[in-house]
Amino acid sequence: MSQLEIKDLHVSIGEKAIVKGLTLTIHSGEVHAIMGPNGTGKSTLSKAIAGHPDYTITSGEVLLDGASILGQEADERARAGIFLAFQYPSEIPGVSIANFLRAAQQARMAEGEELDASAYYKRLYSKMDLLKIDRKFTSRSVNEGFSGGEKKRCEILQMAMLEPKFALMDETDSGLDIDALRIVADGVNTMRGPNLGVLLITHYQRLLDYIVPDHVHVMYDGRIVKSGDKSLALELEAKGYDWIKKELAASAA
Amino acid sequence: MSAPTLSAPAALVGSFTPDVFAAHLASLPPSLPGWWVARKRAAYARFASLPMPTRTDEMWRFSSIGTLTLDGFTLDAAASVPLLPIGIPKAAQLVFANGRLVSRELLSSDLVARGVIVDTLQNALVHHDALVREHLLAQPPKLGSPKFAALHEAFLADGAFIYVPRDVQVALPIGVFSHAIGATSAVFPHTLVVLAENARATVIEYFGSDADTSAQFAAGANDLFAGHGAQLTYIGKQDWSHRALSIQSNSTVVRRDARVQSLNLHLGARQARHESLSRLAAPGAFSEMLALTVAEAGQEFDQRTLQIHEAPNTKSDLLYKNALRGTAKTIFSGLIVVDPDAQKTDAYQSNRNLMLSDEAEACSLPGLEIQANDVRCTHGATSSRIDPEQEFYLQSRGIAKEQADELLTFGFFEEVLARLIDHDLHEALRLLIQTKFKK
Repeated sequence: MSQLEIKDLHVSIGEKAIVKGLTLTIHSGEVHAIMGPNGTGKSTLSKAIAGHPDYTITSGEVLLDGASILGQEADERARAGIFLAFQYPSEIPGVSIANFLRAAQQARMAEGEELDASAYYKRLYSKMDLLKIDRKFTSRSVNEGFSGGEKKRCEILQMAMLEPKFALMDETDSGLDIDALRIVADGVNTMRGPNLGVLLITHYQRLLDYIVPDHVHVMYDGRIVKSGDKSLALELEAKGYDWIKKELAASAA
Repeated sequence: MSAPTLSAPAALVGSFTPDVFAAHLASLPPSLPGWWVARKRAAYARFASLPMPTRTDEMWRFSSIGTLTLDGFTLDAAASVPLLPIGIPKAAQLVFANGRLVSRELLSSDLVARGVIVDTLQNALVHHDALVREHLLAQPPKLGSPKFAALHEAFLADGAFIYVPRDVQVALPIGVFSHAIGATSAVFPHTLVVLAENARATVIEYFGSDADTSAQFAAGANDLFAGHGAQLTYIGKQDWSHRALSIQSNSTVVRRDARVQSLNLHLGARQARHESLSRLAAPGAFSEMLALTVAEAGQEFDQRTLQIHEAPNTKSDLLYKNALRGTAKTIFSGLIVVDPDAQKTDAYQSNRNLMLSDEAEACSLPGLEIQANDVRCTHGATSSRIDPEQEFYLQSRGIAKEQADELLTFGFFEEVLARLIDHDLHEALRLLIQTKFKK
């Protein structure tokens, strides 16, 4: 049983403050959704937790099982159990998916220890079968020339192989048609269980029809302004984000 | 015939004095044809009279001139050779040390019966005089090193001769290994490949030193000739000592509907100049010119290329990629020439540099000289660093920064290696270059 605690987190890009005091705790087994209008800091939150060097954490804490991860490089955070599913995954020409995942597995082993190649491929193929991904996929260069749906499936495959404690899924639904969305959601639902905590970042309620969250948070202007269960997402869909803005304006007045 | 002049200005010949040349001639077997010995004497005279390259020489623009030297080298007899194989099966193999054959693996009797020849140049000069005479050093040095070309011809003792007759295919690669043995030895490797009509072969050439501290000198050359419809794959792996000075000149002639794919891996030497000429001599000829360089510490790699389209409907495709670390320097100067009647030429030239250090320097001089009006010619040069978003992506999967950069560099090389059709060769070269990069 693990927990990811985000405490009064403030994040800037350059001089500009983006996340302005966000607090949230996620436990293994839980799926939290963060919804909010564009430009409110959702993606910044996920990249800052994952350790992107362009994002400066000006104050606050992120604790994984009680230990701060903020002093760690992105790769150390990943090995500690954080996984970021990218909204726009990078294309890596000349590096096959098989070699890439192998390097990621090798990085999780003690120095001098060699990955068992046949066991690795066996595991890779079983995960691909589970996610209904063609085996030819592994010889293609990472994300190069992939459709939006293929890129997201590649992210899910990586997540399945790396078995993180917490997955931060940044706008996983963006750019997907309904079939691709269903495949990706099936993948996440397959992995859902007592050992995985998920933070789903989304602009639209649509994704939450397929991955039903335990908790829904509304983010606005760098903070969580409202939390509830899955019904909050439906309410938000019905009333729109203006409803939140009006509520906030009323409480500030 | 007059004897070579016995005096030559020391600055023009360095260690390669008339006495050293006379001793070299005396060491050759008496059976060599007279025309060849005469050519060597003439070459020595040219070498001794031509000036060293200067800073104002356009063909040597950006090159380090002060470090070019002819002094401090010796012509040694090699005692023993460490064999450094490329780990794939071969059809035949010749191993040279300081220009002398030290071991060989023979062709199968089947290939011999079909007329394939893999032999020393010395033997070929005696037994296949006409073939050698037609092709050996037949292309004039157009890329700036007539002095070094003359030196090569004068001191060339022995090399490889490969001939594949009409319609014969040699499935496995033919290997040629040239070693420099001794702390100050000078070597003059040469490989001559002639493919007759519709012949097919792959040649792998390897250049290596006995120790990475040897301050050696190499003036090498090769001649590749692909007859009508022939297909030649040539791999050259330059892995001289990191204190060596290397000047290599390669010439390729591609006849009607023939195809030559050459890939040069540049890993060794302190200063390595590589001149590569491709002549697209008849319609339908195609030359693919590939190179990968791992430049590190203070190494300098100086690559000069010339793609000459002499006939209509010819194609050339050049892709040279350099990865630079430390204070390394690379120079790429490439020229595409399209003759007036070489209509429908399709020529491509690209130099890509991956800068892995702030202190490294990459110079690019792409050029076109087009005299036909219906052609497609593209050229370009880029220098870039590791993309921070790609780096973060790999790091976010748990791969440490150093390994991430290494993976991205291998990905950068892969675009070139992936052009090789032979899977085993592709894998072997990938392994070689990755091993070198990780050192």
